[in-house]
Amino acid sequence: MNNTDIVKHGLKKRYAKEKRFQWYGRLAVLTGFVFLTLLLLDIIIKAMPAFQSTQILLDIPLDRETLELSTDATINKDTLSAINYDGLIKKSLSQLYPQVSKRNDRKQLYKLVSSGAEFSLREYIMKNPELISSNSEIPVLSIWLKADDDIDTFYKLQTKISRVSDRQVEFIDSLIQQQRIRTSFNTTFFTASDSREPEQAGIKGALLGSFWTLLVTLLISLPVGIGAAVYLEEFAPQNKITDFIEININNLAAVPSIVFGLLGLSVFINFFGMPRSVPLVGGLVLSLMTLPTIIISSRAAIKSVPPSIKEAALGIGASHMQTVFHHVLPLAMPGILTGTIIGMAQALGETAPLLMIGMVAFIVDVPGGVVDSATVLPVQIYLWSDSPERAFTALTAATILVLLAFLAIMNTLAIFLRKHFERRW
Amino acid sequence: MNSSALLLLITGLSVIAFITARQRAYIHGASSKLKSLPKHYGVLTALWSGIPALVLILSWMIFQPAYLHQQIIQSLPESITIKGEDSLSLYINTIDLAIANGEASDDPVIQKAILSFNDAEKKSRIILTILVLLLSLSGIIFGLTKKLLNSHARVGVEKVVKGFLALCSAVAIFTTVGIVLSVLFEALRFFESIPFTDFMFGTSWSPQTAIRSDQVGSSGSFGAIPLFVGTMLISAIAMLIAVPIGLLSAIYLSEYASARFRSIAKPALELLAGIPTVVYGFFAALSVAPFIRNVGESIGLSVASESALAAGIVMGVMIIPFVSSLSDDVITAVPQSMRDGSLGLGATKSETIKQVIIPAALPGIVGGVLLAASRAIGETMIVVMAAGMAAKMTANPLDAVTTVTVQIVTLLTGDQEFDSPKTLAAFALGLMLFLTTLILNVIALHIVRKYREQYE
Repeated sequence: MNNTDIVKHGLKKRYAKEKRFQWYGRLAVLTGFVFLTLLLLDIIIKAMPAFQSTQILLDIPLDRETLELSTDATINKDTLSAINYDGLIKKSLSQLYPQVSKRNDRKQLYKLVSSGAEFSLREYIMKNPELISSNSEIPVLSIWLKADDDIDTFYKLQTKISRVSDRQVEFIDSLIQQQRIRTSFNTTFFTASDSREPEQAGIKGALLGSFWTLLVTLLISLPVGIGAAVYLEEFAPQNKITDFIEININNLAAVPSIVFGLLGLSVFINFFGMPRSVPLVGGLVLSLMTLPTIIISSRAAIKSVPPSIKEAALGIGASHMQTVFHHVLPLAMPGILTGTIIGMAQALGETAPLLMIGMVAFIVDVPGGVVDSATVLPVQIYLWSDSPERAFTALTAATILVLLAFLAIMNTLAIFLRKHFERRW
Repeated sequence: MNSSALLLLITGLSVIAFITARQRAYIHGASSKLKSLPKHYGVLTALWSGIPALVLILSWMIFQPAYLHQQIIQSLPESITIKGEDSLSLYINTIDLAIANGEASDDPVIQKAILSFNDAEKKSRIILTILVLLLSLSGIIFGLTKKLLNSHARVGVEKVVKGFLALCSAVAIFTTVGIVLSVLFEALRFFESIPFTDFMFGTSWSPQTAIRSDQVGSSGSFGAIPLFVGTMLISAIAMLIAVPIGLLSAIYLSEYASARFRSIAKPALELLAGIPTVVYGFFAALSVAPFIRNVGESIGLSVASESALAAGIVMGVMIIPFVSSLSDDVITAVPQSMRDGSLGLGATKSETIKQVIIPAALPGIVGGVLLAASRAIGETMIVVMAAGMAAKMTANPLDAVTTVTVQIVTLLTGDQEFDSPKTLAAFALGLMLFLTTLILNVIALHIVRKYREQYE
């Protein structure tokens, strides 16, 4: 056997190996895709129920006798807000099912409606006081009110869950027959803040908290980041200190985010005495965290501006500073902004350091500024994912979708900026 | 005047300084030659009037609380100050609280302390306002002198701007120093009560502190070995997932895939890196973990509901893009001539990859893997949501383990006094975490840089 034969003999095996290796590669890429799709699909499926909420149609009697108003009482804010709305709802529920008399059954009947329903009823009547003042006949208000979260889950998923009793299932069946139950778009999810009751909980507070936190982050990290990048790229002398700064920036980019949380806790809160749970401190911590990203990408953008432009400016008598601020920086701006948006997207999704500085509290109020207690979208996800109620799982997934949507918008914007404004020289 | 009003005042004065100095430079320039543009004189004067005053306000904001506390302590009668540190600080806390809430107190001593506090604060505010005004005005006056008009104003302005730029880049140093100092100091305080060796080599972790000191197990035990083991276990699972998948996809995308497929697949894989970790945590805790438990139970294995496997797998998926994009970079950096040489000798493509490209790119790949490992060790949200709380020393991936980051979060969320060993332990763990990831990063960056030089 000569050499050619030996090679030919092994050829088949080697080609098979080649094929196999290619398939390993395909498989690896495919696995990545499968994980990505599974993740997104899982979250979308889990989130769907949260965008719908179940409502029950109730006939609320609004005659003065039921409202416990004397016939000559004037209708104003005080008298209206003094009405027992909870009682009204219970009354109308009892009228729907007059045969229910046992105490336990009544209790379950009343539990069909969300505990927040009385507030929405009250709000509706305060807005439309003429409903009561009309004296012609016995006025009845037909209004769709939110169902309790367990009923909501049961009705949407159409499966038996342990927290809905058999008696309640009967009630719901008869409501379905009377066409008194429906699902509609869940606006509460976008207009309310955190709540212990899933059907009353929304993300407005977390959304605004994220907004304020990111605003602080942007206001600090953009100027400081650009300043640092300009200095290191254009003015810094070649010496040990500059080297040290560069090493620091590269290392900070890889420090675990939770360590930044520890820094925030011990420096900003314990040493400087700043308040806990506020967007100001959150923004400070996140800006320290995103600075390396912004500095690194800004430096790359500044570096890519051709030296000929700089030399032309210097040649006609501009100072170094003028050259940088009048010519180099404007040309590098699209690249810098791209990096900044990517950094902001990172900051928007960051959770761990914010847990350290106390932005993990249960906060019902919508934050109105950077020193109001607040929580942010990712932390809200973390908080809700821990809740035992099943309806919160859907809310969590829906919040994740909102967060991902914002991230997608930011990244698309970054890509758009890069494609349309970045010049290649 | 309060601080924001003072800031407004300074801004206003600076604007006035700018306008008047510029105007003066115009007038001056009509008769004699100016060395810079009039606006530069304006800016320089504004800086002279603004910056010293701003520095004063900032330092006042930092040092004033300490000064006021000193005043309070001095105003307290000796009967309280003599009792010792603990009761004194407790007392001062009460006073602070009363001041913050703006309420009167029944205790005459506290009432007196509040009064003296308010007095001292008022005094220091008045002094501050006067000083700021003086500084700001003298800056304006200096800006209007002949001396400044004859100077190179632009050079002066540029010096200040350059100083500001240098300060910006020094923030990176401040941050590192801040991290090191804050973590180190609290960790040292922790090691005062718990010996370092007990922490590093102890095998039992149960950081509860009792309410009464004579309770059983009141001191808690702070042996961190179980946490290190748990962290290693989960990170190892993650690396087992991420390294093969990441490396193989990088090889496929850079060597085999068509340009079109690559341009779609690469960004799609990198989407995995853009998803927030809390989302992965949710996926791990509510989908992967139950799935693994069900599968395990159906084949007769007992799987913990917070198994290390679930957290590890999801974490592995998260770091696939790190491994793949870093490996992709180094693989494409291998010179084409090496490929051509190998192919020209008759090797198949996969033989070229396995025997030429990978060995040539190995240092860079190792660097990328180390960076990914440091990511895995420092990752928090996935393990907080999907891994367990109880420290357990085991190598069984189906058991629940806890990690360093989980314990940091558990120890520091919730209300507890800051000085207890329980909270300080979090900083000791943070120190370990910081050091480990720092060492990994330094080695990785060093390898990557060295490798890059090799082929440039």
